[in-house]
Amino acid sequence: MSVRREFVLLLTPKVLSARRRGIAGRGRWGRAVMVLGVGAAAWPFIYVTLTRLLRTLRGVEEVGPLLASKLLALGLLVFLGILLLSNLIAALSSFFLSRDLPWIRAAPLDWLSVYLTRLTETLVSSSWMVVLMLVPMLAAYWTVYDGGWTFLALSILAVVPFLIIPAAIGSATTLLLVRLFPARRSKDILGIIAVASVGLVVLLLRVLRPERLVNPESYRNLVDFMAALRGPSSPWLPSQWGADALAGFLQGGFDPFLLVLLWTTALGTVTVGAILHRSLYAACFTRAQEGTENRIQHHAAWKWLERALSGASLQRQQLVLKDVRIFFRDTTQWSQLIILGVLVVVYVYNIRVLPLSSGEMITRYLITLVVFLNLALSGFVLAAIAARFVFPALSLEGQTLWLLGSAPLEARTILGAKYWVGAVPLTAMALLLTGFTNYLLGVPAGLAVLSLASTVALSLAFTAQALTWGVYFPEFESENAAQIPTSIGGLLFMLGAVVTLGCVVGLQIWILREFLMSGLPGREPRNPFMWEVGLALSGTLMCCAVSGILPYRAALRRLDRLDF
Amino acid sequence: MILLDSLTKRYGDFTAVAGIDLEIGEAQIFGLLGPNGAGKTTTLRMIAGILRPDSGRVLVAGYDNVANPIEARKLLGFVPDRPFVYDKLTGAELLRFSAGLYGLTGPDVETRVDELLELWDLAPWKDQLVESYSHGMRQKLIISSALIHKPRVLVVDEPMVGLDPRSAWLLKDVLRTFAEGGGTALVSTHTLELAESLCDRLAVIDKGRVVASGSIDDLRREASSETAGLEEIFLKITRGATDSEISRVVGD
Repeated sequence: MSVRREFVLLLTPKVLSARRRGIAGRGRWGRAVMVLGVGAAAWPFIYVTLTRLLRTLRGVEEVGPLLASKLLALGLLVFLGILLLSNLIAALSSFFLSRDLPWIRAAPLDWLSVYLTRLTETLVSSSWMVVLMLVPMLAAYWTVYDGGWTFLALSILAVVPFLIIPAAIGSATTLLLVRLFPARRSKDILGIIAVASVGLVVLLLRVLRPERLVNPESYRNLVDFMAALRGPSSPWLPSQWGADALAGFLQGGFDPFLLVLLWTTALGTVTVGAILHRSLYAACFTRAQEGTENRIQHHAAWKWLERALSGASLQRQQLVLKDVRIFFRDTTQWSQLIILGVLVVVYVYNIRVLPLSSGEMITRYLITLVVFLNLALSGFVLAAIAARFVFPALSLEGQTLWLLGSAPLEARTILGAKYWVGAVPLTAMALLLTGFTNYLLGVPAGLAVLSLASTVALSLAFTAQALTWGVYFPEFESENAAQIPTSIGGLLFMLGAVVTLGCVVGLQIWILREFLMSGLPGREPRNPFMWEVGLALSGTLMCCAVSGILPYRAALRRLDRLDF
Repeated sequence: MILLDSLTKRYGDFTAVAGIDLEIGEAQIFGLLGPNGAGKTTTLRMIAGILRPDSGRVLVAGYDNVANPIEARKLLGFVPDRPFVYDKLTGAELLRFSAGLYGLTGPDVETRVDELLELWDLAPWKDQLVESYSHGMRQKLIISSALIHKPRVLVVDEPMVGLDPRSAWLLKDVLRTFAEGGGTALVSTHTLELAESLCDRLAVIDKGRVVASGSIDDLRREASSETAGLEEIFLKITRGATDSEISRVVGD
């Protein structure tokens, strides 16, 4: 059989599976609505924003075209980074960890067809999202600069090698990495690098304080920024070649050599990748089958946790210990703490840099309103954390559920253990987040107590809600904990949590409206009365109790009747 | 010890188990045979309390496992057909966890964990994560987990899958000793030699129904063949492929 026929044959099951995944399975309509909804919102948003920006830039003499092409280069550079990272991780799965590999390896197939199919799989699974982002971005350039149909063809000619290069480099790097480490250890390392990189980018973007660009006092910094833009670009990177080719065409300075450079580099990297694959893959595949050093040392922390749990029933103790152990040993689970840490740092940083005391227009009314805004945002952060860590709790049992199902356990013991595993850290986080931000905002004692108690009550309610949605929409087949919150159940939980949060904040603002109004200019400022705080607190506790206890009971009933 | 009374389970329009009646006494190994998709695993999972029957009931030592699930499950040890366990626990941790689910803790559990791991040659891997275990090692670990609380009933789905000959021999010995000690072992298997050599009584299930049950001699009478082996009886009862069909598909 020719390499081309083998290539088509090997890709056929993947295409069929992908198509069937798209049209079958529970929650397909929900997923379709989500994807279409996000697409319908994101594409016009990117397109309209970029079109406006490019139109404005086009009107600026000299600097405008420069900025437009720099913007394209910057966008492609970011995409190149994302592509390199995602290709590295995807290549590990498609070349070394995929379940069909033993079967493929045993079949009499040409090594080149195996390499090309796995490279294609890696490329497609890593690049589809970048392509989706590139479409509105390039469409905006097309519209503003009247690119015509030639630009469409040119875009395809530039984007295809731009996607191939990181796929080939990523696959080859993964091959070399597996040569050094077993595949599962490499996956762990890459997973942590990926999550940490995302966290770092988010942190950097925030610490750069983009809001200062709209502040007249920081124009000097903008000039510095412009100077940096005029600085040397990245002549050795495919993102720069692609950007120069596309922007050059639109601005009347097209250089076909850049396309030649892109395509020859793409073919060159694929050739080098194929040569490496031919000489190293067999040995690396064997290496990938080796386990990592899995001997577990007994840490004092476990003893401490066991002592801390000694008041609970033995079954609950064992369930909690098991969940905590698995969490800290599973890279896909604990590495999410990095993102969580970044989220919290960015949030606290935002509160810290709020210009509450610098502007003349800031009234006491607005400062007090920020306290409620802080409650709403802290609550949202807590809901996001619950979605990430509590919602997947039952799904993560996956195919091991038989063990719990056949044991003499009541549903309330299982759910109770999962509840406290989620609620304790979430409540601690709630106290820390609200306490610290209240301190930064200088919130008066009465309101501080109200917001602290509210976030604690909200975190207890969110834990119950997250568990409930997790019980009703389990994702038992998922191999990656990080993907579970993005399911339809995760989305429904977030919607429910936002509604709860809205009710709590709305209720508090309504009860404390007289106090809030007292901060308006021309009124006598006063602190909230005890009865106002007490009433708001009672309402909040009631709201959280109802929105926590009812779903929890529903989850218990559901779990009790669940076929494991 | 185990009583199945009109046990039925449907998945949508498909009836996996269609009103099974069986009574399995103490101190015996009972074999459940049947072709692929006959309903064996579904039946065992209902006995273990993992699946809820649509109708009918399962009694374990007199306890209805829907009305009194905790009491029924306390007496049971279950070994599933596929050895899925927590990859991120060590072998010893998994057994301690399993013991904890049955309310057992303390030095006795530690002794029992060591005994079971020694029995199955898993002691050197005691503190290794389960993710590094082979299929057979996982199977042995799950069997250990089912035995940790010294159950009175053992429900085992395809026990020999993945086991090496020594472990398979050991498992047979464990099951025999278990039954001699008064326990009831319900074993589902495709390995007819195993069923013939190990089981005191057998039931053959096909399309969710019991089509024959009793001792080997009873089954011979059922198949109207006094001298036939279990393989021949099984094929007769379940109407296996004929020689001409096999020749047509596999032959030249």
